[in-house]
Amino acid sequence: MASLGDSPFTGTTVADGRAAAAPAAPADAARPASPVTGGHGTPANGWSPAGFLARGWARLLLGLLVPAAVLAAWQLSTAAGLFSVVQLPPPAMVLDAGLDLLRRGQLGLHVAISTQRVLIGFAAGAALGLLFGSLVGLSRVADALLGPTIGALRAVPSLAWVPLLILWMKIGEDSKVTLIMIGAFFPVFTTVSLALRHVDRNLVEAARAFGLKGVKLLTTVQLPAVVPAVFSGLRLALAQAWLFLVAAELIASSMGLGFLLTDSQNNGRTDRLLLAIVLLAVIGKITDALLGLAEKWAVNRWA
Amino acid sequence: MTAVLHPPQPRADARPGSGTPALPVSFRGLGRAFGTGPAAHTVLRDVSFDVVPGEVLAILGASGCGKSTLLRAAAGLDAATSGSVAIDGEPVRGVDDRCAFAFQEPRLLPWHTLQANIAIGLPAGVSARDGKAKVARLLELVGLQDFAKHRPREVSGGMAQRASLARALARNPGVLLLDEPFGALDALTRIKMQDLLLEVHRAEPTTVLLVTHDVDEALQLADRIIVLGREDTESSPAGATIVRTLTVPGGRPRDRASAELARMRTSLLASLGVDGH
Repeated sequence: MASLGDSPFTGTTVADGRAAAAPAAPADAARPASPVTGGHGTPANGWSPAGFLARGWARLLLGLLVPAAVLAAWQLSTAAGLFSVVQLPPPAMVLDAGLDLLRRGQLGLHVAISTQRVLIGFAAGAALGLLFGSLVGLSRVADALLGPTIGALRAVPSLAWVPLLILWMKIGEDSKVTLIMIGAFFPVFTTVSLALRHVDRNLVEAARAFGLKGVKLLTTVQLPAVVPAVFSGLRLALAQAWLFLVAAELIASSMGLGFLLTDSQNNGRTDRLLLAIVLLAVIGKITDALLGLAEKWAVNRWA
Repeated sequence: MTAVLHPPQPRADARPGSGTPALPVSFRGLGRAFGTGPAAHTVLRDVSFDVVPGEVLAILGASGCGKSTLLRAAAGLDAATSGSVAIDGEPVRGVDDRCAFAFQEPRLLPWHTLQANIAIGLPAGVSARDGKAKVARLLELVGLQDFAKHRPREVSGGMAQRASLARALARNPGVLLLDEPFGALDALTRIKMQDLLLEVHRAEPTTVLLVTHDVDEALQLADRIIVLGREDTESSPAGATIVRTLTVPGGRPRDRASAELARMRTSLLASLGVDGH
C-alpha cells in the first residue's frame, strides 16, 4: 500500500525531464538512449549491472534465482530427512499430486473456477471503484456525501462480510464473487479519487483558459492524467481479489483452489496443500504480469 | 493617472478585417485582495488603463506585485475584488473566448503530440479540415513543422514554449495575453522567442498584453510600458498600482544597443527600485 501516494506522480517526473533535453539536438532527445530491451544483437561494451538488467532474459533469469534456490533447499532438506513427509513432502511428491489431480480432471476445474471468480469479481469491483473514485475525486459534494461512508466500509475486515453474504446470497457463486468485488473495489477507488484530486492544477487551468469544461475537460485532461494511477490501483486490486478469493473459498465452497486448501488440510494431504499454494503464487504472478504489461503500454501512451 | 487614461491612437498595422480582429481592452479601477477580514492582503488597487487594438503593451514590475493577477483578470481566470475589465466594451465574466493565454510554463498535455496540443487552442465550432489547416500553418509560423508528431517531453523547453504560443494563436484571439512567456528560457532562446513574437505580431496583428519582469524585453517588444509598483508605507499596505506609463519610440525590431533605449532602461530600472549604474 506504500506505493499508493507515489503512483500519481510518476508521470510528472518523466514529463519534467523535458527541460533537460538539449535544445540543439531535439531529434536525438526524441530517442531514449537506453539499450533495446531483449535485444540480442547489441553487445555491450564492458559489463555493468544496469546494462545486464536491460536485457529481458537476463532479468528473467535473475528473478528465477531465488525460487530455484528455495526449490533446491526444499529438495535437500526433505532428502536429508529434516522433516516428516506429512510436515513437508518433497517437491516431486507435490508434482505427482498435481499430475494426479490433472489426470482426474480436477485440477483444471479448480484453477478454472477460481480464475473465473477472480476475473469477474475484479472486473466488477474495479469498474465500480473507477466510477465512485471519479465521482468523489472530482466533486466536493460527492466527497462530502460518500467519502465518510466509503471510508467506514473500507475499515470492515474482509472476513466480516462472509456470514452476511452467505446469509443473503446463499453458498453460491454470487456470494464469492461479491466478496472479491468488495476486495477489488477499494484499491481502485482510493487511488483514482486521490489521483484526480492531485491532477496538475496548471494543466487544468490551461485547459480551462482554452474553454474546456465539464465532460470535455474530464476526458481531455483529468482522466488521461490519472491513467498511471488507475493502473497501479488495478494491480493492487487484482492482488486483493486473489486474497479475497481464498477467503471466500476457504469458508464455503466445493471447488476452487481455496477449497483444495481446506480439503487437503482435512484429509492430511500436505502435498496437495503445497500444490494449491504454489498454484496461487504462480497464477497470481501471471495475472499481475499481464496487467503490468498493459500498465507499461498505458503509462507510455498517457504519461 | 491622467496620462494613463489617454489612449494612444490605434496602430496603423491593426487591421481588424485580416483574420485576427484585434480588440481594445480597458481596465477600470481594478483591485484584487486575497483573503478576508484582518488577514486580507491587497495585491492590486485602482488599476485603470486602456489598450488600443493591435498594440503591444508590456506590464512591468517586481515579482509579487500583481502583474499576473492583472492578466488573469483579463482572461477571466480570476475575478477582481473591485473594478472591471472590458474587452471591446463588453465586460469580462468568466473565461473569455476572445482572449488566449500563454503561461510562463508551456503547460502542454504530455500525452498529446505538439500538433494535438496546438489544436486544443482552436475555437469551438471550427471544422476539422479548417482546424487541421490552421494548426499546420501555425506549426510553420513557429518553426515546428518537423516536430508536429512529437510529444512535449521529446522537445526542448524553447520548442515547447513555441508550441504553447501557437496554441494561444490557434484561438484567433482578439487579445493575446502572455504571462512571462519567456521567463523560464535561457538568454539566447529568449532573444529568439522575442523575435518570433514580433514576427507573429506582424503576421497576425492582435492586441498583446505582455507581463514581464525583464526591462530589456519590455523595451524590445512593447509600444507602451506600464510599470506596476507599490507606494505603501508601513501603515497602509495598499497594494500595487500603476506608477508609470511610458511610450517606447521607434518601430520594431529595435536596435538592442540603441542609446535612447539604454537611457530608458536606466530610468525604468530606477522606477523598479534598482540602480541603473
